[in-house]
Amino acid sequence: MSYGAWILLTGCLVGITCGITGAILVLRKMAMLADAISHTVLLGIVGAFFVTQSLNGLPMLIGAAVVGLLTALFVQLLDSSGVQSDAAIGVVFTSLFALGVVLISFVGDSVHLDVQHALMGEIAFIPWETFELNGMNMGPKAVWLLGAVLFINVALIMLFYKEIKLTTFDPQYAALIGIPIMFIHYLLMGMVSLSTVASFDAVGAILVVAMLIVPGATAYLLTDRFIVMLLLSGFIGVLSAVLGYFSAVLFNVSIAGAMACATGVLFFFALFLSPKYGFLTKKLRNKMLKT
Amino acid sequence: MEIFELFTKANAQWVLFGSILLGFASGVIGSFVLLKKQSLISDAMAHATLPGVCLVYMIFQVKSIPLFLIGATITGLLATYSIQFIVKHSRIKTDAAIGITLSVFFALGIVLLTFISKNLSGNQSGLDDFIFGQAAALVSSDLQMIAVGSLVIIILSTLFFKEFKISIFDPLYAKGLGLPVTFFNAVLLALVVGVVVIGIQMVGVVLIAALLITPPLAARYWTEQLGLMAMLSGIFGAISGLIGTFISTLGEGLPTGPVIVLCASVIFLLSLIFGSKKGLVKKVVATV
Repeated sequence: MSYGAWILLTGCLVGITCGITGAILVLRKMAMLADAISHTVLLGIVGAFFVTQSLNGLPMLIGAAVVGLLTALFVQLLDSSGVQSDAAIGVVFTSLFALGVVLISFVGDSVHLDVQHALMGEIAFIPWETFELNGMNMGPKAVWLLGAVLFINVALIMLFYKEIKLTTFDPQYAALIGIPIMFIHYLLMGMVSLSTVASFDAVGAILVVAMLIVPGATAYLLTDRFIVMLLLSGFIGVLSAVLGYFSAVLFNVSIAGAMACATGVLFFFALFLSPKYGFLTKKLRNKMLKT
Repeated sequence: MEIFELFTKANAQWVLFGSILLGFASGVIGSFVLLKKQSLISDAMAHATLPGVCLVYMIFQVKSIPLFLIGATITGLLATYSIQFIVKHSRIKTDAAIGITLSVFFALGIVLLTFISKNLSGNQSGLDDFIFGQAAALVSSDLQMIAVGSLVIIILSTLFFKEFKISIFDPLYAKGLGLPVTFFNAVLLALVVGVVVIGIQMVGVVLIAALLITPPLAARYWTEQLGLMAMLSGIFGAISGLIGTFISTLGEGLPTGPVIVLCASVIFLLSLIFGSKKGLVKKVVATV
């Protein structure tokens, strides 16, 4: 495969992985918690680096998952001790993110991990970071990592489909029939952490928020059915990645940034033109009803 | 020797002076933001200032701090308005609306930043510093602007303290008294934008919101009175600003913003444990 095709494939994998997971977050009103986790995952990655002294996939995944879950836990603890939830999220993620950024500046120049990388990823380098199996070149590491996380996420969603759906739409009923709500909550947080760290190399810690939340919100404006929303969100993620990639090449700008902007453009169209919930379509419908 | 030099150089004195005042102003304003439950909206506003700064640079092709601040104000306000619009006119909830606005505006900022560095001939040095802040890169005139701006914000919030308090806690009562609540809300919003915009040079767009969130939250563990809380929060902010800037100018290549925020986080942690009103130690003692 050519250099550009690998980048495009990576972007599409980020789009679909984050899109599917993020749709659930939007429905559960946990968008800002996802924002917090995507920031703090940086600390997990830096932490894993300091422990293992290398930028390997598995320790990074574990570190990120641990810090991601810790973030959710800290927010929960502060929340239940009476701190209002938005401030709780704010204080936890800014603290852990600041710690991550400060620690990064102690990482030597020889290692491929810096602040720039944390902010916008380095998707342009991904095709070169390949790995070999039995002497065969297997393609970029990031693609495999993203593929694995996508597989895990989809498998978990299919396995717990009913539980996730019920706890999302009717938590009281779900609790009544004995579904472990907290387990599902932390399961989702774990999925967010995994998606974030797998996307980290490609789009960085902050832009991944756009890939997580915006396609989900866009899909939410277009459909009322849960399963359709998940699939649509994944599709919008892929579409954003493709649009973003080509406009980035055209204008010679950051590919990750352009992908995140593309999610914004698609959201903007849905916000105004969605057949059922669009701002302009609603206006138009009201006008036609009146006359 | 370095420490001694730091205190004697004129620029360094302005750095310390500016960071103390900025920390104090953000602590005070943050108390109101916290009470209005707008902590994360301020975070989105802060992220959204980045495209404003870049756009101004692209249009005028000069590095001028006052122009940057105007651009930052415009996109910051635009982001706040976008959040309100999305929540009001669609089924998207506040948290997602904040997340969308924050990430898309910031993404636009990153895109413009890379566009400037790759396609415009002018050197973009300085624009990168807006992301995490770099106190060492500031010149005296920037610092004077930070100091004076912070001072104005502190004075205004002291003057309007009572009005802010009533319009936040009991807007209906305030209206009954004949207070123009909408006007005071607008003033408060202007002050929040003001703190964010003058703070981004020193603390950076990514973490400036932490200076609005963390100090007042820490102050809550010591007092329940708004006046005392705002005061204490201001002091916490000032201490964070002072220590953070100091450490960052000593260490090589340490970005200022994250260090300031870490100082504030330590103060928060200490307050969480030892706070005289709601601290953990207090709670444990009470239950024993």
